[in-house]
Amino acid sequence: MKFRSLALAAAIASVGLSAAVFSPDVRAQAKEQFFPVLTGRTGPVAPNATPWANGYVDYFKLVNTKGGINGVKITFEECETAYATDRGVECYERLKGKGATLFQPLSTGITFALTEKAPVDKIPLITAGYGRSESQNGAVFSWNFPLLGTYWVGADVAIQHVAKQLGGVDKLKGKKIALVYHDSPYGKEPIPLLQERAKIHGFDLQLLPVAAPGVEQKATWLQVRRERPDFVLLWGWGVMTATSIKEAQATGYPREKMIGIWWAGAEPDVKDIGDGAKGYSALALQHGAEPNAKVTKDILAAVHAKGQGTGPKEEVGSVLYMRGVVSAMLAVEGVRKAQERYGKGKVMTGEQTRWGLENLNLDDKALADLGFAGVLRPVQTSCTDHMGSPWARIHTWDGKKWNFSSDWYQADQKVLRPLVMAASTRYAEEKKITPRTPEQCKQ
Amino acid sequence: MIYRENGQFKTTYAADQQIFTIAQDKWFVLGLIAFAFIGVPMLADEYMFRAILIPFLILSLAALGVNLLVGYCGQITLGAGAFMAIGAYAAYNFMIRIDGMPLIAALLLGGVATAGMGILFGIPSLRVRGLYLAVATLAAQFFCDWAFLRLGWFTNYSPSGSVSISNLSVFGWSIDSPIEKYLFCLIFIVAFAFFAKNLTRASIGRQWMAIRDMDVAAEVIGIRPMWAKLSAFAVSSFFVGVAGALWGFVHLGSWEPAAFSIDRSFQLLFMVIIGGLGSIMGSFFGAAFIVILPVVLNQILPALGALVGVEISTAGIAHAEFIIFGSLIVFFLIVEPHGLARLWAIAKEKLRLWPFPH
Repeated sequence: MKFRSLALAAAIASVGLSAAVFSPDVRAQAKEQFFPVLTGRTGPVAPNATPWANGYVDYFKLVNTKGGINGVKITFEECETAYATDRGVECYERLKGKGATLFQPLSTGITFALTEKAPVDKIPLITAGYGRSESQNGAVFSWNFPLLGTYWVGADVAIQHVAKQLGGVDKLKGKKIALVYHDSPYGKEPIPLLQERAKIHGFDLQLLPVAAPGVEQKATWLQVRRERPDFVLLWGWGVMTATSIKEAQATGYPREKMIGIWWAGAEPDVKDIGDGAKGYSALALQHGAEPNAKVTKDILAAVHAKGQGTGPKEEVGSVLYMRGVVSAMLAVEGVRKAQERYGKGKVMTGEQTRWGLENLNLDDKALADLGFAGVLRPVQTSCTDHMGSPWARIHTWDGKKWNFSSDWYQADQKVLRPLVMAASTRYAEEKKITPRTPEQCKQ
Repeated sequence: MIYRENGQFKTTYAADQQIFTIAQDKWFVLGLIAFAFIGVPMLADEYMFRAILIPFLILSLAALGVNLLVGYCGQITLGAGAFMAIGAYAAYNFMIRIDGMPLIAALLLGGVATAGMGILFGIPSLRVRGLYLAVATLAAQFFCDWAFLRLGWFTNYSPSGSVSISNLSVFGWSIDSPIEKYLFCLIFIVAFAFFAKNLTRASIGRQWMAIRDMDVAAEVIGIRPMWAKLSAFAVSSFFVGVAGALWGFVHLGSWEPAAFSIDRSFQLLFMVIIGGLGSIMGSFFGAAFIVILPVVLNQILPALGALVGVEISTAGIAHAEFIIFGSLIVFFLIVEPHGLARLWAIAKEKLRLWPFPH
């Protein structure tokens, strides 16, 4: 009897499985552009990745209320990765089969894994503000788009900011700068650039890794206390950032001397610490918290006011929510650009979308039309430059909200370019990739 | 009626010592292998291969390795994830540092390197047992996490600490489509499963089992505990190391130490416990349970929700997946503490009596 019921359960489960896995896909026929959404709504990065996902999805809803992309409606489906690489790969395989336009993995680890798969499947990867820094070189990394900035841009701008605070680049000599980083590909990305800068300016770079997920940092901050670095660069993500700031508070390290990367500079990181995090600065991936931007108001009016909002209303316009909105906008504009070439009002494939992303040209007017005036600087990509904009600025937490506290900085191409070329050439040799020539780019 | 060995007489010793002494078993296993080689490639689509079948096969191989050590020799290990990492990184280094290294040789050498490390980390088993040994093997996990994160040599000084391998090929057969990857893994797993089955029927496997059941008694009848325990560690690590190399090379393509974290070690131990300790078949059941079930739940829950008109949020699905998966583990362990393999054995018993149970 027991066996029979078990066998029955197994039979039902297997029928369910085949129904779920082999269900025919009707989406491809309809005139809909499908965007897969990889989310991190659970797991160690949930507090930060959730607003990103909400913003990402809300922007698609906003575009649909305006009639889609030249009449092509946007559809999307979420798949939860919990920031784990193997789940991310499974999600990629699952959503790829449904006609994915492009992927935004929101995890450097998953980006590394998908970088090997995207060229085979001909699906572009947008990694706005993360991913492989050398993938800026589109001649080698044909399918990666680290739009708006890479970690090398971030690290370069951070050092420029430090130099400005000290009163000149020559003052960097002999100073101690510590990098407290998430011990994963994400946290290790900035190291080559910082080492290069350390060599040029003669400052002492200290590398202090924090084991993932980053809730245990006592030992690291003991080192900070002993060494007393002049500045601390913080490459944290998710639960790690808040822990770092609390530890800095406990060790008495001045928050004014800490600069976080743009993933460690949002409301969830500092909100609970409040005044304790006052003076803590972080890079801004161009945008900060943008409660007054036109796009924010549009989303509130056209999506949230109709009860269609994905997350809580208060979150709209916060830093990471805006990151999601900006990421979605770049994806949508890539498709729109591709439609200019391959037919307006048509559904674009991954390969066509790549052309669009490679030829993005969002000037001030285009950005203003989209509601991003004052949020972003112009973005222009090309076949060889998949990043589009090397600019960033700094914002500082005043205990209640993030305020911009610096001018725009541009990453120094003299430092950045040789590193990008060296790393991407090495990658091309390892993988036996022939970089695309300018003629091939035109196709 | 169907599954009954009446009338199958063995007239030679060789016939009596076959792997499957009952003809039905033999035909069933051969049929299953034939189906896996011929039927599955015709039925499955790319998603099935890449996201379900390949991970299932590779983790089955790892579970098989862990089962040899935990199930057959009775030495609890929590370092399986670390041994997978050693296999992957060793194979990677053999591949990039030696020009013209054949893929299969690199994978097997990865396994050999892991076996060496397995012996090293198995030495504490000569003095400590049970849960204390489990804690001792944790050292392997932490050591490997540290080594592959911090020592640049292992990752060929990759700045991000992530390594990648592509363009796999064997004798001019380039393994890039999902079907080819699946078949490549399948060849490995079938060969290793037969190897493991034979090991456990041979003198060495019997020594392991004697040690497992009572090590003092085993020593009295002349089994050397050192040899038996360390050989179990070596063989088990070899299996796990090859699985780790396949996981990195064939499944992920690009990986970092986080792919072989302590979670992986626990996952492998749970596979063996749920599947059935001391059973080759159980390793496959356990791997299927742990690898496939969460993915199935993740896909079925939204469909079930839609059926009753409820839209479940992405986070809600992820939480529900954990809750249901956890309850199923508890359920199966209460219903059958000896694992899914025992359920399989009970099914066979029932089949022998069917249709006239007494």
